[in-house]
Amino acid sequence: MGGPSRRGNAVLVAATYLTVLAVLVLPVLLVMVEALRTGIAAAWRSLLDPDALSAIRLTLLVTLVATLVNTAGGIMAAWLVTKYRFRGRGVLVALIELPISVSPVIAGLVWLLLFGRQGWWGGWLDQHDIQIAFATPGILLATLFVTFPYVARTLMPFMEQQGREAEEAAFLLGAGFWRTLWRVTLPDARWALLSGILLTTARGIGEFGAVSVVSGHIPGLTETMPLHIETLYNGYQTVAAFTMAALLALIAMATVLLRSFLEHDFRKASS
Amino acid sequence: MVFCLRRRDGLPGLSISIAFTLVWIGLIVALPLTALVLRPWQEGGGAMLRALHDARMYAALRVSFGCAALAAAIDVPLGLLLAWALVRARLPGRRAIDALIDLPFALPTAVTGITLATLYGPTGWVGALLARAGIRVAYTPAGIVAALMFVGLPFIVRAVEPVLRGLPPELEEAGLLLGASPLQNFRRVILPPLLPPLVAGFSLAFARCIGEYGSVIFIAGNQPFHSEIAPLLIVVRLQEYDYNGATAIALILLLSALVCMTGVAALRRRVSRGLVARGAA
Repeated sequence: MGGPSRRGNAVLVAATYLTVLAVLVLPVLLVMVEALRTGIAAAWRSLLDPDALSAIRLTLLVTLVATLVNTAGGIMAAWLVTKYRFRGRGVLVALIELPISVSPVIAGLVWLLLFGRQGWWGGWLDQHDIQIAFATPGILLATLFVTFPYVARTLMPFMEQQGREAEEAAFLLGAGFWRTLWRVTLPDARWALLSGILLTTARGIGEFGAVSVVSGHIPGLTETMPLHIETLYNGYQTVAAFTMAALLALIAMATVLLRSFLEHDFRKASS
Repeated sequence: MVFCLRRRDGLPGLSISIAFTLVWIGLIVALPLTALVLRPWQEGGGAMLRALHDARMYAALRVSFGCAALAAAIDVPLGLLLAWALVRARLPGRRAIDALIDLPFALPTAVTGITLATLYGPTGWVGALLARAGIRVAYTPAGIVAALMFVGLPFIVRAVEPVLRGLPPELEEAGLLLGASPLQNFRRVILPPLLPPLVAGFSLAFARCIGEYGSVIFIAGNQPFHSEIAPLLIVVRLQEYDYNGATAIALILLLSALVCMTGVAALRRRVSRGLVARGAA
């Protein structure tokens, strides 16, 4: 490979470091500094606050369910779209990817249009005393919508490359659908699957806009971690806000690093 | 051929994966979006026209579209620089930088929001420096652009990177050897094949930025007609129980994003066809 001259390379590397430092590293650094401003003990204490703990619990619960549903759906959809050829396949893929281009606020709004007091089924739900909007089910639905595409999207290119010879062989040898999926397709695609699950989880934990629209913003009850950050920050509890933010930032960085290693692996494996 | 086709259909699991997929997409994506599309017509066209007759909405849309376009435009040279460095430079720590570039995508928007608001705030690390120069970023439209720049950057890098990887470096060297100045070389040799992915990256960043909420509202100041973004106005309308107003803004944002995504898809098809044609030649 030729590449740029020595001096050109030095300038390029310096400009890159400067950009990465100013745009990407500085914000992360600031989160950590602000969180530890009054010492690590104070930061830790702020996480043990009952409202903070409740926010962490709710976030984990909602993310767990959303990840399970969208992983199952994503696997089935990726199988359908990559192992068969049929009309309408393009439409299906477009629908799967649609939530990516929908504003998070809209991802919350759509559920209010269905389950809010003025929504289609709001009156009926009210009569039967079922609370969806401004409660945990609403938060779960918003998270489901926002994290919808990621497992399918990571799996689809990989399973497309897999082809279907292995599956056909398994079928000829007498394996049924579930056995083939579980024993042949998924073990081969495990790194892509894991990478997709990681992204789904990270998105679920960090979702703010969609959840904000359907949450009642009741501390200790319907606040997820990102919503609790907003409450703390607006209440001038800067250390507590940034401690929770640091926790989320660490999760995000771990996700990004893990995914970069995984992708390196499955790119190598597939090429 | 017929045998092949029959064997293709012979793989088990077609009906169960169709059923599963349709229920999954139907309940989580199709149903709520149908409600969004049908809602405005529920109370007749008159209600919708009233919702569209709203100066504050157009102001918010102007802020959102203008700031998103500006941020994506600033991201284009920055993204090109990063993609170039990742593909072509001898870059110590390439893997770490490669991973860091996805950070804005993974960092929760609320975290981005309070962080940038503090960073660019009057007493923040960057904000204090800028304040001395008489520039205010936080709580002005400039703050919105700063936040959107952060959010949009990965889209440009990730759009350009694979195309750049496919271009032989000899091409650039040949230009220089044939006597082109570096600027000429950039304009005539390097830029043309990178233009489609740069446009695609710009559109993806723009589409993401017009809907962005969490990373913007903390730094924006949120003054109606000045620094209020359209997604925030949706939230405001919902708090006023004005579902029609909220839905009208949502539909405009959604349609704009879809137009961008369709454009990107068309561009991608053209680029990949171009690559195939060149490969065949």
